[in-house]
Amino acid sequence: MMSVAMSRCIFLAKWAVLSALLLAAAGPLAAGTPFIVLASTTSTEQSGLFQHIVPQFTARTGIDVRVVAVGTGQAFAIGRRGDADALLVHHPAGEEQFVAEGYGSERRDVMYNDFVLIGPRADPAGVTQADSIQEALVRIAESNSAFTSRGDDSGTHRKERELWGTARIEPSGRWYRQLGSGMGATLNTAAAMDAYVLADRGTWLSFRNRQELVIVFEGDGPLFNPYGSIPVNPERFNWVKADLTRQWHDWLSAPEGQAAIAEYRIDGEPVFFPVRTSAAGRVE
Amino acid sequence: MNSHDPFTLALSLILSGDPGLFGIIQLSLQVSLSAVFVASLIGLPLGAAIALFRFPGRGLVITLLNALMGLPPVVAGLLVYLSLSRAGPLGQFGLLFTPTAMVIAQTLLVLPIIAALTRQAIEDLWEEYREQLQSMGSGRVRAIPTLLWDARITLTTAVLAGFGRASAEVGAVLIVGGNIEGVTRVMTTAIALETSKGDLALALALGLVLLTLVAAVNATAYLLGQMSRSRMQ
Repeated sequence: MMSVAMSRCIFLAKWAVLSALLLAAAGPLAAGTPFIVLASTTSTEQSGLFQHIVPQFTARTGIDVRVVAVGTGQAFAIGRRGDADALLVHHPAGEEQFVAEGYGSERRDVMYNDFVLIGPRADPAGVTQADSIQEALVRIAESNSAFTSRGDDSGTHRKERELWGTARIEPSGRWYRQLGSGMGATLNTAAAMDAYVLADRGTWLSFRNRQELVIVFEGDGPLFNPYGSIPVNPERFNWVKADLTRQWHDWLSAPEGQAAIAEYRIDGEPVFFPVRTSAAGRVE
Repeated sequence: MNSHDPFTLALSLILSGDPGLFGIIQLSLQVSLSAVFVASLIGLPLGAAIALFRFPGRGLVITLLNALMGLPPVVAGLLVYLSLSRAGPLGQFGLLFTPTAMVIAQTLLVLPIIAALTRQAIEDLWEEYREQLQSMGSGRVRAIPTLLWDARITLTTAVLAGFGRASAEVGAVLIVGGNIEGVTRVMTTAIALETSKGDLALALALGLVLLTLVAAVNATAYLLGQMSRSRMQ
């Protein structure tokens, strides 16, 4: 008969083996590749841009870029705590403030695209006839057509509030729905309720659950969407990997990085335009 | 992947042997099983000790432990985030956005479940065997391993409940891990990401893969239980 003590030993041995396996499996994760943490926006991550450009940067420098994709507001919060080495976000006013407060060492324009107004194909508010984004928003508000707002202090949400402000409308009422969600989740909701929604072009191009949604308004000046790169200030946070971060920051605006951004396509369409006209092959 | 049927897609995902997917599966299992392991090491003896000993405020501790079974993952994630953040008390270790941070957050979620269920199981057993154990001269501390061993089948269920919690949650690992591709992306955060990309078929297919995985872990535990039961007879 097997003694109780012995079977207990076997039981403990099982646990020991299990834990050893787990620890061994955890080994490869602690690989020694140098890396930086980049706080960026869901719009850039979900568009697939990083999967295209980061391998090129890594091949050149041997540095991996770990992208934490959050809303622009949260990216600033992560940077203010010194939890990222660099930011790539899209809210110029917030970016300048971030640098002015000493959290970032400098801000550099890297690329841009634009925001688009998305809505149901039937276009109940008649937005397609609008001459400006302000007029488009007025039409939505006056017809009480459903509008889904990010409501999450992201770059897109900040832009949307600015646009309502310039249209002199304080959106409220049952038609205006603040979701507090990311861009993709907001588009899913808009698709389900046939609502209008402001989206960045990158996320829209990569979005697969469009149902009846189409672009109903685009191409107006205020819809410009610039992205800026900011290294987190090493003088403020001494653990920031200043040297590695500098290489990333410089590469983004160097011809090689700019060309990598310009090459990226979704379904044949360019998603982001580099700020250097030579790389983009176009005149601003 | 032209198929839009999630079941076919799930199957083709598994059969394709995509290294990215297998990395995500491996990390999911690693993080959740490690969390359950650490939580069991602490939770089983802790639950048993609370069951056996009488001390002031015991009722409060039990209530708190039971309440913490409902700790929202996002809150657990936020607490761990603030602790591990560079500006936080444990910031110097640089653990934020690493798998270790995810294990810590999930341990926090799993520990109350294992401890609370252990407390209940051991308390019932103690009522039953108290006189017998005490007549054998066993003190309460000495009784803990014996009782844990006798309750092992019930406790396996407690541990599996903890594993279910860990493998299903997305809120905590998303905050402390950051869903970094190839580093901290696990099944649940990948599912959330595909949902937000609007690729609902792929999201559901990943969900089916996760369910299969959890079922496999549970089946293994069940079989081990059956084996040890038949050995006893």
